[in-house]
Amino acid sequence: MDFKLPSAGWIAAILLGILLIVALWMSYYTVGPESQGVVRRFGKYLQTVDPGLHFKLPFGIDMVTVLPTRRQLKLEFGFSRPSYPTNPIQADQEPDEGKSMVTGDLNAALLEWVVQYRIEDPRQYLFDVRNPGETLRDLSEAAMREVVGDRTVDELITIGRQDIEIEALARMQELSKRYNLGIRVDQVQLKNVNPPSQVQASFNEVNKAQQDRENTINIANGEYNKVVPKAKGEADQTIRAAEGYRFKRVNEAEGDVAAFSSVLLQYIKAPEITRTRLYLETMSEILPQTGQKIIIDESLRQLLPVLPLSTKPGEGKQ
Amino acid sequence: MKKSYFAGIAIIALALLLLLVFSGAFYTVDQTEQVIITQFGQPVGDPIAEPGLHFKMPFVQNVNSLEKRFLEWDGAPVAIPTRDKTYIHVDAFARWRIEDPKTYFVRIHDERSALSRLDDILGSETRNSIAKHDLIEIVRTDKNRQSLHDETLKGGPTGAIGVLPPIEFGRQKIEDEIKTAAAAKLKGFGIAVLDFRIKRVNYNPDVLARIYQRMISERLQIAQRFRSEGEGESARIAGQRERDLNEIQSNAYRAVQRIRGESDAKATEIYARAYTQNPQAAEFYAFRKTLETYHTIFTKDSTLVLSTDSEIFALLKRASTKINDSSMPVETPAKPSP
Repeated sequence: MDFKLPSAGWIAAILLGILLIVALWMSYYTVGPESQGVVRRFGKYLQTVDPGLHFKLPFGIDMVTVLPTRRQLKLEFGFSRPSYPTNPIQADQEPDEGKSMVTGDLNAALLEWVVQYRIEDPRQYLFDVRNPGETLRDLSEAAMREVVGDRTVDELITIGRQDIEIEALARMQELSKRYNLGIRVDQVQLKNVNPPSQVQASFNEVNKAQQDRENTINIANGEYNKVVPKAKGEADQTIRAAEGYRFKRVNEAEGDVAAFSSVLLQYIKAPEITRTRLYLETMSEILPQTGQKIIIDESLRQLLPVLPLSTKPGEGKQ
Repeated sequence: MKKSYFAGIAIIALALLLLLVFSGAFYTVDQTEQVIITQFGQPVGDPIAEPGLHFKMPFVQNVNSLEKRFLEWDGAPVAIPTRDKTYIHVDAFARWRIEDPKTYFVRIHDERSALSRLDDILGSETRNSIAKHDLIEIVRTDKNRQSLHDETLKGGPTGAIGVLPPIEFGRQKIEDEIKTAAAAKLKGFGIAVLDFRIKRVNYNPDVLARIYQRMISERLQIAQRFRSEGEGESARIAGQRERDLNEIQSNAYRAVQRIRGESDAKATEIYARAYTQNPQAAEFYAFRKTLETYHTIFTKDSTLVLSTDSEIFALLKRASTKINDSSMPVETPAKPSP
């Protein structure tokens, strides 16, 4: 029997050795660049450590919880598009319920929004509220519905969006402070806002009707512009023509009159002979061109005055 | 010999320590916990809320740890009728904490029971409060808020689109009402309610159909108004067009007539002045004008019947000319001798 059990000293040494190795392995930890670590010793808060390599007491004496305090975290409401999650509770688990809203004018609407926040006070975040992230989610829904509940559906869909974001943000900040969440809400963003799908068509109809109205008015204006300026132009044209007529008339009259006056002067000098001359000149022009001439002696009284009326146009006159 | 002596002491010390640890003489209270020590099932001493390492009697005493933090309660969505008989789905939540751990521990052993109590009490208070108020009181919060109007979307003369119905209480007051009423009942369980809030309010599905109908008819009414406005404006512009057209054309006509009239008058004046400038002028003018007109009256289709009394034929019967001028002596022809 040459096999001897190792002495108590050896056993102790080996155990201690194992213990030391385990202790060493359990006594260091790293905190990532976006985070901070909260250290508890025997359950009691000890300190908050910044990113880097740190040491703690092993065997569960010191417990470190790492929180992403420098990362911006997001919560999504009313939709569940898979985007890059910044945190595990980011997506809305009940998007259909999450998006339905009742507005202040007792209408219904569908709203999607995003809340961006940051863990500001890690101690509060860990020690004051259980499930602070879920709590923020609940608060956010409550706050948003409160704000929407004081607005009309039109404000929600069109003109009041920014106002809603601002007020919802203020409300959420107020509530998260009240609940000691240790969270700072940075931003509230409204995404898609729509009336419920069943009424969507009627909302579109309003837009269409607005377009139609503009269109009808434009067409009427077009008609007006087609006709009225042209009429103005034509009116001016007739007035100009009348003015032209006036010039013509007056100038012609003055011309005629000037001609007459100069002849008159000559006539007055020798009236009788001028008359005779003019008379004979006229006769010599018209008598030849007259078709039929009948000259009857005045003293011939036996002739029965029978007027040969012909069917030709241009009857003879006496 | 000394070496094994120390080694022995070390092992014994370690063993004792381990014994103590494993027998439960030490316990930790976490930052988030509060602890009740029980001995044979009965709580002893005050609740321990100070975090850290503590001692107790091993074996006999047990550690019961309770939460110190605010805890969740999420009510299941329930259909509740409002005072104006509208059925709505209300989904509420609350945050609560164990304020009096001893009472809590005695009356409620675990969180499941606590949540069940909260369900009962908060649930019934919610139902009561909501049934006492109209729907609008639960939807709205700020009674002073006036809505921003999109002016173009007004309804008809009695249309109330874009208007927030007025309220007296508002959601916050109702939430406070529920919280206060429940808090009194929950105090007896060592539970304090931090806050109670309505997370979601939605119409019941059968009510929804009615709501949608109303929304649709509201919108269609607005659409109708837009269209009719368009038509009205279009008609007005058409009327304006007619009016302006008539105005332009009739003004032009008036101006033209005036100008023509003036020019005719002026011309007439010029002529008249010329033809009356002295006594002979009128006569001369009449003479000339008559002669001129003969040119146009007698054409090659005309038949002239003239008498020898006509002045131009005066020479057909005698040699002397017959002149109108009385100053010239008239030679009477000699009577032909038989």
